[in-house]
Amino acid sequence: MRGDGGVRGLRPGRFAPLVVLVVLALLPYSTLQVPGLFDGVLNSPGTLQLLALCLVFGGVALSYDLLFGFTGLLSFGHALYFAAGTYVANLALTELGWGLGPALLLTSAVGIALPLLVGGVALRVSGIAFSMVTLATAQVGSILVLQDPGGLTGGEEGLAVARDPIPDALVGVFNTVNKYWLALAYLALVYLVVTWVTNSRAGHVWQAIRENERRVEVLGLRPYGFKLLVFVLAGLLAAFGGVVHLLLLGGSTPRVTTADFTLGLLVMVVLGGAGSRWGAVLGGVLYTYLDSRLTDLAASPAVQDLPAWLRVPLSEPLFLLGTLFVLVVFFVPGGIAGLVSRLRERRGGRARPAGDGTPPPGRVVEQLRDAAGRGAGVGAGAGRPHDGT
Amino acid sequence: MSGATAAGRGDVLLRMSDVHVRLSGSHILQGVDLAVRQGGVTALLGRNGAGKTTTVKAALGLVPSTGLVELTGADGRVHRLSGRRTHEVVRLGVGYAPEDREVFGGLTVAENLALAERRGSAHHHDRVFELFPELRTRGRQLAGTLSGGQQQMVAIARLLLNDNRLLLVDEPTKGLAPLLVAEVAEVLARAAEEVTILLVEQNLTVVRRLATDAVVVDQGRVAWSGSAPDLLADADRTRELLGVAPSGGHAA
Amino acid sequence: MSTFVLLAVTGLGLAALYFLVASGLSLIFGLMGVLNFAHGAFLTIGAYGTWWAAENLPGAGDGGWSFVYAVVFGVAVGTLVAALVELLLIRPLYERHIEQVLVTVGLSLALVALVRAIWGSDPRPFPRPAWTQRTTSLLGAQVPNDRFLLVATAVLVLVAVLVFLRTTRVGLVIRAGVENRSMVTALGIDVRKAFTLVFAVGGAFAALAGALGGVYLGSISPGQGTSLLIFAFIVVVIGGMSSITGTAAAAVLVGLVQQFANYYAASGVGDLSVVLLLAVVLLARPGGLTARVA
Repeated sequence: MRGDGGVRGLRPGRFAPLVVLVVLALLPYSTLQVPGLFDGVLNSPGTLQLLALCLVFGGVALSYDLLFGFTGLLSFGHALYFAAGTYVANLALTELGWGLGPALLLTSAVGIALPLLVGGVALRVSGIAFSMVTLATAQVGSILVLQDPGGLTGGEEGLAVARDPIPDALVGVFNTVNKYWLALAYLALVYLVVTWVTNSRAGHVWQAIRENERRVEVLGLRPYGFKLLVFVLAGLLAAFGGVVHLLLLGGSTPRVTTADFTLGLLVMVVLGGAGSRWGAVLGGVLYTYLDSRLTDLAASPAVQDLPAWLRVPLSEPLFLLGTLFVLVVFFVPGGIAGLVSRLRERRGGRARPAGDGTPPPGRVVEQLRDAAGRGAGVGAGAGRPHDGT
Repeated sequence: MSGATAAGRGDVLLRMSDVHVRLSGSHILQGVDLAVRQGGVTALLGRNGAGKTTTVKAALGLVPSTGLVELTGADGRVHRLSGRRTHEVVRLGVGYAPEDREVFGGLTVAENLALAERRGSAHHHDRVFELFPELRTRGRQLAGTLSGGQQQMVAIARLLLNDNRLLLVDEPTKGLAPLLVAEVAEVLARAAEEVTILLVEQNLTVVRRLATDAVVVDQGRVAWSGSAPDLLADADRTRELLGVAPSGGHAA
Repeated sequence: MSTFVLLAVTGLGLAALYFLVASGLSLIFGLMGVLNFAHGAFLTIGAYGTWWAAENLPGAGDGGWSFVYAVVFGVAVGTLVAALVELLLIRPLYERHIEQVLVTVGLSLALVALVRAIWGSDPRPFPRPAWTQRTTSLLGAQVPNDRFLLVATAVLVLVAVLVFLRTTRVGLVIRAGVENRSMVTALGIDVRKAFTLVFAVGGAFAALAGALGGVYLGSISPGQGTSLLIFAFIVVVIGGMSSITGTAAAAVLVGLVQQFANYYAASGVGDLSVVLLLAVVLLARPGGLTARVA
C-alpha cells in the first residue's frame, strides 16, 4: 500500500511539506501587504507574532492528533502538558534563575514524567472513563495554577518570565522574527517526529488500536504499552510547544491550563482533519488565526455599527468557532483533509487514503497481521477472507 | 442458485439479495443471497466466524448493510426492510432471540416479559406460561440471577409472547445441558407449527429434528442452500461444508 | 461540633448541585452512550433564564412564589433547549458516539459564548428569596437555609426519578436501554423517543441546578456551568457511569470530601482530593461504585 502514489510520476504531496517550510522560512523577508488578512506588512512584528502563534498551535494540534486522530484516544487533558511546559520552564528560568538549556532539560524531564504518571493510571481504563480521568487530572493542574501555591504561579494574573536567562536574540519586539523562526522550527520538529513515528511499526499498531483494539490483542500485542508510548510522546511534544509559547509571549497564562484549552485543540484537529498530519497543522493554524482575527473584527467599526442581533454573536469568537465546529462535524466529515481527499478522489477517479500516505481504514490490521508472526493461526482465528477470493 | 428460491416467489417470506456488511474495517458479509420459505424451519449453518449471526443482524437492521432485504407481509405485500430501523422491522412481525440470549439481567422476569409486549400485537401470556410455568413463579426474580437454561426460556418467551410471522433464533441451544437442548428443540418444533423460523444452530441433532431447509454460509457468502434432510444425508458434503460429520454432535 | 455540622450540611448542599447535574449526565450516558459536554451550558441557560425572568417577567421576582415562577421559566427554557439539541443535533448522528460528543463540545463552547456575548462575562447578582439568606439552628450550628433548599430539592428529584424509572413503562424502557440498547430496539421499541425524553429531563435538572446554584452562590456568570460540569463528570464516573443511586452516593461523597478537605487542609486541597478519589476508585473498581441503573 505504501509508496503507491507514483501513478502520475512524482506525487505532488511528496515535497509539499518541504516547499511550505522553505516558503515559511523566507516569509519574514517579504514586505508584502495582504489587505484583509493581516493589518501590517508580512514582516511587521505584529503579523509575525500572530503567524508564530499560529505555527506553535499547528504543532500542538499535531501532537494532539497523534493521540486522537492516529490512535483514537480521546484525551480531555492535553492542556496539562502544554501548561506544564510553559510553567515549568518559566519557573526554572524565573525562580531558579537557570539558563535556557537546563530549563529545557528540566521541562523535558517533567514532559516525560507527567504524562507517564497520568497515562499510567488513565490508560488502565478505556473509552469515556479514560477521557474523564484525563479531564480530571488536567483540572488538578488548572486548580494548582489558579491557587498560586507559595506565590509561584501567579494565579489568575499569570507569570511573566525573567529576561536575563533568555538569549538576547529571543527577547523584545525587534527580535520577533527570531521567535517566528523558533516557532517554525518547533512545528517542523513536531511534523518530522510525527511523520517518523506514524510510519514506524509503533505507528501502525496505534492505527490498528484506533480501528479495533481487541484485534490488536488477538495478535498478541499489548495495546497498553503502545498507548502509553503515544501518550507520553504527545505530552512531551505539547510541553515543548508550551516552552515556545512562553518565549513567544514572554510569560505564562492560566488560560492554557483550562479544559476549554484542550477542547480548543480538539476543535483544531477535527476542523483540519483527524488522522491527517497536514490537516491537524492547518486546523491549528486556522483556529488560532480566526480566534485572533475575529476578536479584532468584533472591535472593528464595521461590526459595531451592525444591528444588535448580528453584532452580539459576532462579538464572541468562540461562538463563531463553536458553531463552525458543529457545522464541520455535520457536513464536512474528515475536516479539511477529508474534503481535499474526496475532491482529489473525484478528480483523479482513484481512491486515495485520507491521511497522507497512511493506509485506508480497514487495511491496517491486515498489514499488521501480515507483518507480525506470519499467520500462526491468528488469521484463521479471525476467519476473514481477503477480497476477491 | 438456491433450492428455496426455486420453490416460487409467492412462497418466500424473507429474501436477502447481495447483502454486504462491513464492520470496523472488515468485510464480513460479501454478498449474501438467501430466501426463507414461508412455513417450516430454515437452518442457517456454517463454521465459526462464517457470518451467520451477522446475516441475522443484517436482516434486522442491527448492523449497517448494503443490498436488499425483503419480507412478505401478512397481506402478501413485499416490505423492503433495508434502510428501516430495527424497531420498524420487528413491528412487521419479526421476533429475535440473539445468540447470547441478551435478557435484561437488571430487570425481573416479569419486567423482561412486560418490555417484550409489542404495540399492535396481542400478548399471549397464557401460551408462554403454559410452555414455561417456571417463568410465572419466578416473575419477581432478577433475570440476571437465572440459570442459562432459564434465561433461554425468557428469550424464547419473548418470541412467543407476540404474534410474529418470522422468528430469527440464533443458537438457542448454545451452552445448554443435553436435557435442556431437547426441551428447547421441542418448544421450537411446536412454535414452528404456527410461524416460520430462521434458525442458526451448531447442533446438527437439533437441525435434523427441526430444519426443513438449510443455508450454509462460508466466508461471508452462501456456499450451499437446499433441503436440510438432503444436506444431512450427504456425509461428505456436510463434512466439506461444516467440517463435521452429520452423525450428531456439535460442529466445530 | 457546630463547624462540623455546618461543613457537613454545606457539603451536602454542594452534593445536591452535583447530583442534579450528574443525574442527567449519567442517564444520558447510560442510555445513549453520549458524554454530554453541553450539559454545563444547560445549567448556564437555566441560571440566566431564571435571572432574566426575575428581572423582566411580570409577576416573577425574588420573593416566594414569584421566585418559583422565575425558576419554572428558567427550567422550561433549559428543558426546551436540551430537547431541541437532542432532536436537531444529536439524533441525526444516531449511534455515532464520537461525533455526538464533538457536537456537544462545539455546543458547550458556542452556547456559553453566546450567553457571554449577550450578558457579558461579569458575574450578575442573582435574585434570591430573603428566607434563603436566614439561618436555622441545627445541632448548635447556624446553617443558612439555602443549604436545606438544595438538599430537599435533590432528594425530591432523586425519589421522583427512581419512582419514574421503577413504575412506568418509559422508565422500564430506559432501564432496559441502559443495559442493552440494541436489544430494546429488537423488541420493537423506538428507543429514540426515550433519548429525547432523557435529554430533556437531564436539561431540566441541569437548569434547576443553575437556578439553585445562583441562590447558593448569590451570583451567576457564564463560565459557572463548565466548572461545575467537570466535578459532575467525576461524580458520574465514580458513581458507575449510568446508575442513579450510584450517582447520588458519589455526589454525597464528592461534596463532603471537597468541603471538609477545603476547610481542614487548605483551600484547593478539597478539589485535588476529589480527583485523587476518582483515581483511587477507578484503580480499585474500574466500573465505578455501582453498575446498576436504579
